Amino acid sequence: MTEYEPVIGLEIHVQLKTRTKMFCGCELSFGDSPNIHTCPVCLGLPGALPVVNERAIRFGMMIGLALGCEIAERSLFHRKNYFYPDLPKGYQISQYDVPLCRGGRLGDVRIHRVHLEEDAAKLNHLGASGRIHGSDRSWVDFNRGGTPLVEIVTEPDIHSPEQAREWLSLLRTTLKQIGVSDVNMEEGSLRCDANVSVRPAGSAVLGTKTELKNMNSFRFLERGVRAEIQRQIGLIEAGEAVVQETLHYDPVSGGITPLRSKEEAHDYRYFPEPDLVPLVATDAMLAAAREALPAELPAERAARFERELGLSAGRARDLAFRADLADYFERALAAGAADGGVDPVELSNWIPQLVERIGSDRDPAESNVAPESLAALATMVKAREVSRDAAREVLSRLVADGGDPRAIVAREGLGALSAEDDGLGELVDRAIASDPAAAEQVRAGNLKAIGPLVGYVMRETKGRADGATITRLIRERVRQAG
Amino acid sequence: MLDRAQVLHVARLARLELTEVELERMAAELSHVLEHIEKIRELDLDDVPPTSHVVDVVNVLRHDDPEPSLRRETALRPAPEPVDAGGFGVPSPAAA
Amino acid sequence: MNELIELTAAAAAQRVRAREIDPAELFEAYRARAAADDLNAFTWVAPRAPAGEYPGDAPLAGVPLAVKDLFCTEGVPSQAGSRILEGYRPPYTATVVANLQRAGAPLLGKTNQDEFAMGSSNENSAYGPVLNPWDRARVPGGSSGGSAAAVAAGLAPWAIGTDTGGSIRQPAALCGIVGLKPTYGACSRFGMIAFASSLDQAGPLTRDVTDAALLLAHMVGRDRRDSTSLEFPEAIRVPRAEDLSGIRLGVPEELTGAGGGVEPGVRESFEATLARAEGLGASVEPCRLPHAPHALSAYYLIAPAEASANLARFDGVRYGLREDGEAGLVSMYSQTRSHGFGAEVKRRIMLGTYALSSGYYDAYYGTAQKVRTKIAEDFRTAFERFDFIVTPTSPWTAFALGAKTDDPLAMYLNDFCTVPMPLAGIPAISIPSGLSDGLPVGFQLAGPAFSENRLLDAAHALERAIGFDGSPARRSGESAARG
Ligand SMILES: [Zn+2]
Repeated sequence: MTEYEPVIGLEIHVQLKTRTKMFCGCELSFGDSPNIHTCPVCLGLPGALPVVNERAIRFGMMIGLALGCEIAERSLFHRKNYFYPDLPKGYQISQYDVPLCRGGRLGDVRIHRVHLEEDAAKLNHLGASGRIHGSDRSWVDFNRGGTPLVEIVTEPDIHSPEQAREWLSLLRTTLKQIGVSDVNMEEGSLRCDANVSVRPAGSAVLGTKTELKNMNSFRFLERGVRAEIQRQIGLIEAGEAVVQETLHYDPVSGGITPLRSKEEAHDYRYFPEPDLVPLVATDAMLAAAREALPAELPAERAARFERELGLSAGRARDLAFRADLADYFERALAAGAADGGVDPVELSNWIPQLVERIGSDRDPAESNVAPESLAALATMVKAREVSRDAAREVLSRLVADGGDPRAIVAREGLGALSAEDDGLGELVDRAIASDPAAAEQVRAGNLKAIGPLVGYVMRETKGRADGATITRLIRERVRQAG
Repeated sequence: MLDRAQVLHVARLARLELTEVELERMAAELSHVLEHIEKIRELDLDDVPPTSHVVDVVNVLRHDDPEPSLRRETALRPAPEPVDAGGFGVPSPAAA
Repeated sequence: MNELIELTAAAAAQRVRAREIDPAELFEAYRARAAADDLNAFTWVAPRAPAGEYPGDAPLAGVPLAVKDLFCTEGVPSQAGSRILEGYRPPYTATVVANLQRAGAPLLGKTNQDEFAMGSSNENSAYGPVLNPWDRARVPGGSSGGSAAAVAAGLAPWAIGTDTGGSIRQPAALCGIVGLKPTYGACSRFGMIAFASSLDQAGPLTRDVTDAALLLAHMVGRDRRDSTSLEFPEAIRVPRAEDLSGIRLGVPEELTGAGGGVEPGVRESFEATLARAEGLGASVEPCRLPHAPHALSAYYLIAPAEASANLARFDGVRYGLREDGEAGLVSMYSQTRSHGFGAEVKRRIMLGTYALSSGYYDAYYGTAQKVRTKIAEDFRTAFERFDFIVTPTSPWTAFALGAKTDDPLAMYLNDFCTVPMPLAGIPAISIPSGLSDGLPVGFQLAGPAFSENRLLDAAHALERAIGFDGSPARRSGESAARG
């Protein structure tokens, strides 16, 4: 059985969060009444000319710098020619062989290029409504037409659907943090296409790739890419060839279908846009873009969490790639430090617990759990003042009602039972008495047999006892009994 | 130089429909013009940079400040097929 | 003939400012003549003088202006001579027109042109051909044929047009008037329905050089809506020069020699003008523009390529003609465009699409852009030794209607002497140098970028020496107005 390695590259379109469109002064909008944000330029009226939005250029440079790209000293806009009702001029102003940014890397994926362009308008389908003869109708809303877009193209460095999803999440966080886009997949301000191919594991030759279009959520990206990988493997196993084509993934049916192309003969006839002059990245422009960037981007933050706080690579990324989690974590860390110190790894273990309880879409800062409370809880766990099980219970109460974990522990009597507590010793004796066979095995050196005895004590103490302490006590008493 | 198939291909790219007569004529006329134009390909231009702009300026940029848009009625006035929803009607691209 | 009509625009403006002429009367005199136009020079004439106070102290003093159809004028038909824009009235006005209106030149009417400025005879107009007032069986030149004919025939005091490969200078030459193509970027292109964006420039068509300077002075300037427009480095002055002492004129063999196919009568007039220039103190010497013979080829690749994209917006979706709207989308596109565009426009769209298409870009468009670099270099080199390059504007005088319509290449050759300048982005002016067999001949002077003031001065000195009489054409216009 051949093992296959998927090879995946992503093409991401990001709508920039400028006030006005790429080439005219019409305001950006989402969900407004149709065709109220148009002018001669973005309607493609005869005689109108484009003028480049300065902020869009700065945002483009910020993205390039954040992704470690080389910013072109001089770049050009081109016309990409094709006919479609959502393209008012019959060409899209885009960048071609001299894009704004080249090269770069985010996480473990290399960036091929980043360029600027204008978005198409929105084509709405009307069906055959009200018409007796003739074709189905559609209609165009030009509000979105001309919105500044950045296209980010990666190298084919991604090798699994999960990695594709995780990396896109990193990109999204990065873009969100630098403040250049809403990066909302549902609203279309972040759109992702994937180039997918598979090859026998270990082979250096690339297989034929297909382009999977416009997956509008992280989940659909992962599922779509997985489905396409399976489809390609299926074809290869059946002795058929993968055809280079553009495909559409239907998230409802899970099916993959070829997409009708916009221009049956793909020939975009790119040529330099004569209505615009070249773009030169001056030192002043680069400095302004650099200055507008946050001090630390998510990939750097993850590296720091790993390096300085000793978090595992996976945990560091889980936190850093979601700025809200990382911010919360660092606030809790600071609060803990002020309170005598909290172990970062222990604290980081409690963030996923918190997320699980408040829902994965919510910012923990907006929950009832104050960062200092989580830090206090982690400190108590680390100091064995409260058992893990009891701490989970405390966290649930914090999520529900807020408050101080120490107070909750005290009030509810959830504090860890100590070894000196007679009650605990008595419980251990009862556990041994309830299962002499297990006790005998423990005494004989089979430590695996200790589980049921520990479980007995845990149940009886409702999780307040510390597992390590119970284990120690059981072993002592079994030995004494022998 | 330009054959029928090429002319048809170019016409399709340009969204022009040519009659049989136009097609023949276009092939002949374009070939004749291209024959004259071809001469520039004999020039030695290997190290010559292309000129796409004669104006020697760069970075002509606009502040990101909103300007008034057209009223919808104004935008739609010349539309061949305005639709009630407030847009420009077209035949559906999906329809054959 | 109404004596108002005999005044140049500058003279009329001066008399208005001196309160010797009522600008309303001036407007009406021209409006009546334009409305009675039987040269087919106008496509639309203002129904009445614009309401409100005349800006008597405005620099252009209410002297009415004829505007080539392709300039967008708010609420006024602007079709670029094409069926595909049938009935189109733009919601905004081109910057150049707005500038001139603000300076006090009210809109008299829109003038006929070759469709989308593609042509050298004005026979490619959806409105039908314009007739040359010097001989109504002949073409006025193109593409700004309506503007040239209207000014020559005294149907308008002055006009603006656009020049891409000669579309101001050649019709000016064929109609016996002055036409100036400014430096690329001097005038805003915003609101000019584009033909070839990297070449198109607006410019004046006037009865004399002084009028051209006066109109140009209010056309130039940086426009924030046109990224390729530039601030003119100095004010445009009224030309005063009366001699050419110290001026060095270069005569390029490549454009004036046998290769250009210059007619004997045109050559005679050209040489007489050179002699006159020497008489005014200029030196005249041969010069070289080695790549100029290839300019026409480069031009007929670059301009159609840009046009093929510029004309893609005419798709029947947002404005203008739509055909076959009940059939599918692709059919709607191709039917609309096939019915809306005339033969020459289709030919150039085809040529341009081909020149850009996959596999041919480098051979055609890419090569043409390199030739363009060489042509600009040739001019730069020449201007180290010469103040101006001079040629006949057109190798021929006005030709008979229909004489060249069956041979596109022959028509294109008309632009032989006028295409190198726009490729280099430099200014050039055509002035009447005399008659050949009763038809006007044009003399062209080209200078370095932004040399308009010097160019106007030199043209002014020559114009005085030549003493061309354009009144026969105005009498033809007079009979038009009566007929
Ligand atoms: Zn707009």
